[in-house]
Amino acid sequence: MLTCKDLLSELNTFLDDTADPNLRQELQRHVNECPNCWVIVDTTQKTLKVYKGMQAQEIPPGIESRVMKALERKIAADKASSGA
Amino acid sequence: MTHSLPQTEGLDESVLVERAKSGETAAFTELVRRYDKKIFRMAKQITQSDEDAEDVLQEALFKAYKHLDDFQGNSKFYTWIVRIAVNEALMKLRKRKSDRTVSLDEEIDTGEETVTREIAVWDGDPEQRYSQEELRVILDNAIQSLKPSFRTVFVLRDVEELSTEETADTLGLSIPAVKSRLLRARLELREKLTRMFKKKGEDAFAYL
Repeated sequence: MLTCKDLLSELNTFLDDTADPNLRQELQRHVNECPNCWVIVDTTQKTLKVYKGMQAQEIPPGIESRVMKALERKIAADKASSGA
Repeated sequence: MTHSLPQTEGLDESVLVERAKSGETAAFTELVRRYDKKIFRMAKQITQSDEDAEDVLQEALFKAYKHLDDFQGNSKFYTWIVRIAVNEALMKLRKRKSDRTVSLDEEIDTGEETVTREIAVWDGDPEQRYSQEELRVILDNAIQSLKPSFRTVFVLRDVEELSTEETADTLGLSIPAVKSRLLRARLELREKLTRMFKKKGEDAFAYL
């Protein structure tokens, strides 16, 4: 029988579905029978879901154009010095 | 504001890489423009600062340009450039006095038991309960409170969705080290978010 500690140490393989089928079955059985581990699995899954669902934050105004301008300037300088 | 030349827009990435390698600046800028927002976001999450993230982005893009010939094309261009950016971001962290202890390969106690104290179901779906902005503040605060070595692994694996191998490679960590840090990071974030999102009072154990 698996313990809560086993579930915790295998949580990633369980969540990422990388556990081998036998282990996965054992883990699933434990989760079905242990209310605490069920909550841990459920809330960790939800944690990953909210982070993955987070929309890419816009680059603050000005930064993108500033960076691209600086990049083009540096490239031009680099080309001028290596071409000389 | 700069404009990419019309003939570089919508081109296949491999074509842009080839053109960029042959010295066509517009092809290179079009190429990096496709990823600059993602790189900025990743750098911001690791450094937790707009200013540092801007520096990281700028330095990473120029380094990518200088070392473009090293890009072999057997990995995705994004994976290649994100690796450069992560290294720049880590250098930023190390330079900061307050973060002098930043070391990614230090031996750390990943004791999972210590971060599973908060066991309660969540009160509905946070994406429904909070506005995008409120949710972002909550998620950013939680990530910010992680140690840099956990934060970086979490950002690469679970936000940028790099593989375990790519993350290990990028950070110079062993695969077991990536796995144990990821587990610890996930559990810490779960713990922090549960404190925010849990059902209060008698409903907290409604699942029993």
